[in-house]
Amino acid sequence: MLFYIFAILAIVSGAYMVLTRNLLYAGFSLLIVLLSIAGIYVLLFADFIAVTQLMVYVGGVLVLILFGIMLSSRVHDKSVLSENVNTVWGTLIAGLIVVGLSYSILKANISSLPWLQTTELNVLGDQKSTVQTIGIKLMTDFVLPFEIASLLLLIALMGAAYIATDKQKV
Amino acid sequence: MPQIPLEHILLLSAVLFSLGILAVITKRHAVVVLMGIELIFNAANLNLVAFSRHDPQLLQGQMFSLFVIVIAAAEAAVALAIVLRVYQHFKTANLSEIATQD
Repeated sequence: MLFYIFAILAIVSGAYMVLTRNLLYAGFSLLIVLLSIAGIYVLLFADFIAVTQLMVYVGGVLVLILFGIMLSSRVHDKSVLSENVNTVWGTLIAGLIVVGLSYSILKANISSLPWLQTTELNVLGDQKSTVQTIGIKLMTDFVLPFEIASLLLLIALMGAAYIATDKQKV
Repeated sequence: MPQIPLEHILLLSAVLFSLGILAVITKRHAVVVLMGIELIFNAANLNLVAFSRHDPQLLQGQMFSLFVIVIAAAEAAVALAIVLRVYQHFKTANLSEIATQD
């Protein structure tokens, strides 16, 4: 039941993010979407992913987006508005995508797949959280992607700082 | 606790994905387009975590979504830096105005 509350909250604030023209309202409704997705992660037995979602998205990306709104808008404007274009085509394409995806999801009968049927029971096994499994996986099977991700983050940090610097003032 | 049906999670993910597509197509402020892209990333992550529920020993879907989150964070940082540079250069963050300017 809690899942449906989170799902409705995510869909409603996602729709408000698309419909509103105020940039700051869109940012804060994106906050509600990200928070409800974190709640859904907890309900799906993914506690570490939920905490990561809270720390990275809500704590990092959203603050970055709000900074982006503040720095890329004229200060003397009363409210920060964004222009809407292609509303007919955009609604048509998005509607086609959601109808097509829903049709294929409902037609595919995913719950009757054999490997889902056999693993339905005993969701978390004998352990209480996924942190230990994820830690062991990161240091054994996924150690190369882990190191590459750290390198990517370093490069992105240096690149972002270099691009955002105002070269005329320095 | 009753299991959440897999179809409902996938339907929620489909709706969020199309809302992200709608934001990317219709909005003309660069930051809102980035917000739509974040919404698309989250919809994809939701699918990965939903299928990972049936894989408790290996948790491959959760590992994958962890790396998706990392790459999305890096993408957001670089993209917002580019938006800031574009705003300093063109004095606007509206994509249509940027496209028509020299």
